[in-house]
Amino acid sequence: MYAFDFHRPATLRQANSLIGKVEDAKILAGGQTLLPTMKQRLASPAAVIDLSGVPELVGIEQKGRNLVIGAMTSHAEVASSALVRELLPGLAALAGGIGDPHVRHKGTIGGSIANNDPAADYPAGLLALGATIVTNRRKIPAGEFFTGMFSTALDEGEIITKVIVPTGGKFAYAKFRNPASRYAMVGVAVGKKGSSVVVAVTGAGSDGVFRWAEAEAALGKRFNAKSLEGVTNPPAKDLNSDIHASAEYRSHLIGVMARRAVTAATAK
Amino acid sequence: MAGTGIGARVERKEDFRFITGKGNYTDDINRPGQAHAYFLRSPHAHAKIRKIDTAKAAAMPGVVGIFTGADIEADKVGGLICGWMIHSKDGTPMKAGAHPALAVGKVRYVGDHVAVVIAETLAEARDAAEAIIVDYEPLKPVVDLASATKKGSPAIHDAAPDNQVYDWHLGDEAAVKAAFRKAKHVTKIDLVNNRLIPNAMEPRAAIGDYNPGEEAFTLYTTSQNPHVARLVLSAFIGIAPEHKLRVIAPDVGGGFGSKIFIYAEETICVWAAKKVGRPVKWVADRTEEFLAIAHGRDHLTHAEMAIDENGKILGLHVKTRANLGAYLSTFASSVPTYLYVPLLSGQYNIPAIYGEVEAVYTNTAPVDAYRGAGRPEATFVIERLMEVAARELGMDPAAFRKKNFIKSFPHQTPVIMCYDTGDYNASLAKAMEIHDVKGFARRKRESAKAGKLRGLGYSAYIEACGIAPSAAVGSLGAGVGLWESAEVRVNPVGTVEVLTGSHSHGQGHETTFAQLVAGRLGIPIENVAIVHGDTDKVQMGMGTYGSRSGAVGMSAIVKALDKIEAKAKKVASFVLEASEADIDFKDGQFSVKGTDKSIDFASVALQAYIAHKFTGEQLEPGLKEGAFYDPTNFTFPSGVHIAEVEIDPDTGVTTIAKWTAVDDFGVIINPMIVEGQVHGGIAQGIGQALLEGAVYDSNGQLLTASYMDYAMPRADDLPSFRVDHTTTPCPSNPLGIKGCGEAGAIAAPAAVMNAITDALGHENIAMPATPQAVWQAAQAGLARAAE
Repeated sequence: MYAFDFHRPATLRQANSLIGKVEDAKILAGGQTLLPTMKQRLASPAAVIDLSGVPELVGIEQKGRNLVIGAMTSHAEVASSALVRELLPGLAALAGGIGDPHVRHKGTIGGSIANNDPAADYPAGLLALGATIVTNRRKIPAGEFFTGMFSTALDEGEIITKVIVPTGGKFAYAKFRNPASRYAMVGVAVGKKGSSVVVAVTGAGSDGVFRWAEAEAALGKRFNAKSLEGVTNPPAKDLNSDIHASAEYRSHLIGVMARRAVTAATAK
Repeated sequence: MAGTGIGARVERKEDFRFITGKGNYTDDINRPGQAHAYFLRSPHAHAKIRKIDTAKAAAMPGVVGIFTGADIEADKVGGLICGWMIHSKDGTPMKAGAHPALAVGKVRYVGDHVAVVIAETLAEARDAAEAIIVDYEPLKPVVDLASATKKGSPAIHDAAPDNQVYDWHLGDEAAVKAAFRKAKHVTKIDLVNNRLIPNAMEPRAAIGDYNPGEEAFTLYTTSQNPHVARLVLSAFIGIAPEHKLRVIAPDVGGGFGSKIFIYAEETICVWAAKKVGRPVKWVADRTEEFLAIAHGRDHLTHAEMAIDENGKILGLHVKTRANLGAYLSTFASSVPTYLYVPLLSGQYNIPAIYGEVEAVYTNTAPVDAYRGAGRPEATFVIERLMEVAARELGMDPAAFRKKNFIKSFPHQTPVIMCYDTGDYNASLAKAMEIHDVKGFARRKRESAKAGKLRGLGYSAYIEACGIAPSAAVGSLGAGVGLWESAEVRVNPVGTVEVLTGSHSHGQGHETTFAQLVAGRLGIPIENVAIVHGDTDKVQMGMGTYGSRSGAVGMSAIVKALDKIEAKAKKVASFVLEASEADIDFKDGQFSVKGTDKSIDFASVALQAYIAHKFTGEQLEPGLKEGAFYDPTNFTFPSGVHIAEVEIDPDTGVTTIAKWTAVDDFGVIINPMIVEGQVHGGIAQGIGQALLEGAVYDSNGQLLTASYMDYAMPRADDLPSFRVDHTTTPCPSNPLGIKGCGEAGAIAAPAAVMNAITDALGHENIAMPATPQAVWQAAQAGLARAAE
């Protein structure tokens, strides 16, 4: 780690003002990616703005038919929230399966989606749920937010404040873990709201999270794991290949995980 | 058993300080005025060093000193050594290339030590290291083990132009050829024993400290054998004579073999302490450990077994190519030779065995002993062969083993070892009963109903521990003797300090050794302290590895206790005014035969020191005795492990459904600690079989250099183990101990792979059996079944 300036604003207003004037600053939302990267000297921001002192960014509440989750809410809080467990048990399960207990208590939903790691769980989950990402400047639908591996629609100086997640549909996430890192080697989130079905795949795509249109079409006709049987898996050429899994194996696992996610989403 | 003596499940005395954060590890130690070392490591697998420019770095803030190979050479610091001479088939000695602690002229693996920067803080040392300019001329790296010696491969060391370290053999080639001519059936197998990277909880660390007034060095280091470290640093590397070098290995957080060796980093810390006139501290980060700690295993093997018409084994021919990495580490040469081929007979009566081992250099981290060291590799060969042979013969794998078990002892194998005792049928029968092997068919049907494949695999392992009779290993090329020493100091109030050369870094010696002493002297276990890990306290010792501390280290304590008892009886005879021959010692009481006169141990100790009851002519005061114990044979722990796996053919995920271990460790001192050792060993063996594997790319870059890519076993990868024992006491040591530390890691890989190949119905799968590998094999199997 190299030396850097450290700021810890107490309000969103202070955070906004800091980000406008501090040069070469990185926002610290939970630090589960940023800090290891800095320790390895792969990232060397001149300043870090830590949002953990901003209480208005933390918390989970029900607003109408939506759940509103503060950007600095930890994975552990989402996983254990009675509200989330009642209204979106699949999302609670997703959060409870991120990393290990340490990561879940330090990592936050805002940090995870702002980083958009190609093997992170939340991007697929929020896509499939049709969530909306709220920033200090605007509202961005999840479908427009995740723009590629480690890239998002966020502009310079834009801070995620909360995530709005619609409830009332069906949702589940099935993850196949990398045996070493336990990140998603393939993760498939399936969401159904009315007649619309979203199948979002993480961990596998060579450009980050993506939607699997063929599976969505098949499930749109009949939301059942059997509907996926004739569907060809996403082509290997668009998928990652590494020492843990070839693109062909990942392609196969997408099919398996999609069936398991649909089974879980339709279970009573 | 109640109490605290041998056989009692005494809770570990050392755990209080470990689990309350009161341990004292090398990184917990800070010396006044201490500076911090950072090693600049090679980014290339193979390159010439044209020039190292440290001028800019030397001017950076906080820099205390920067040293390179040129400084090492100028100070005539000796190179790191390999302490076991192996001769090739043609009688030529192994080709050992120079191993300087800082690279001279050339780097030979990614992570090789190019320079050390010593600065006020670690961050400053790191900053300065980034400012060192090294002009490399990259050379073609030699990474692939199979082709390392091919014509045209660049030479890694001038001393070994074709990258071959030795081409060694053991056994009777002609007898094996004759056996194969008579064979009714020959089973052949090709195996990869995957390269593993040791991951002790505590990374390596060192602090070098120099006292100019006494011209004496102190090295604090993470060592399994501080005396061996002192010997090598003194006699070979030439840091200082032994009486001017104190090596302290305080609490050490696991070793698994990787902390036996004398590495560049501690050598540099102790040498540089005098150069800069400051204590120099270095603590490895995890990435450095992945890159530069000595790795384990890494064999390619072709093996053939000759079997007669009755299912009896006639002969075994094993040909192995072993990767020793870029330099020969401290004991590297012995691992794939004398710790490997002599174990290939397994638990079986095999009349003829011939083993050939070609060891090679590659541009990868050095490879040396890792939990089991040669013996897991041997067990993997023989136990995979046994399973495949049984399947080919259409025999039940347990019955095939039983048919070939050695049944009378002592048994001389054709490859050096003379097994002293054992009852292999007993372990197999007990394991099969506990495991409910009979119920396997039903469990397999149930799995099939759920769409899963189920398989069962055996591993009937043997190991040679209690390392080792000094004269025997000396005749095989070892540079040292492998005895152990002990000193028992009884204090005037009857408390006891035991000084031992057996270092404890997870084994629980502070408890088990105290159990022996407390039981023998009839004193409370709290009154016994075990002292180890400091060359200024313990006179000499050979350290902890090869499951030797019980069989060798405790035997030395027994010898010293024999002397203590003899002396104490003399003291008691004066106090009780009786003839020495009439003194009995039992349960801590000295008594006079046929009378009610007695005195307890503590009172005798006091009398030994106040010396009022005898004169100087009659008896020396005091109660302190030392002993050296040199074993007369290896010990031969053995046992049977049964693995049962369930495979999800959709994903390739293998789950260990059931595990049974029945081991014969001889006499057991503390069953709880032994079970812990077995659990940990099995976990490491399952890690090797399912998860772990070092991967270098074709440029020699280590792709598995962090936990993101190197899969260590976690608790949820493992089932609850059923662990039990049979007992045939070891006849060659006074306590009947065989050793238990490596058994699990030796037994487990073959058991897992035998179970997986049973489930899949074919043999073509290598370790680690990752989900991807198993899925591919399962798909191929399903495709074949559909045809």
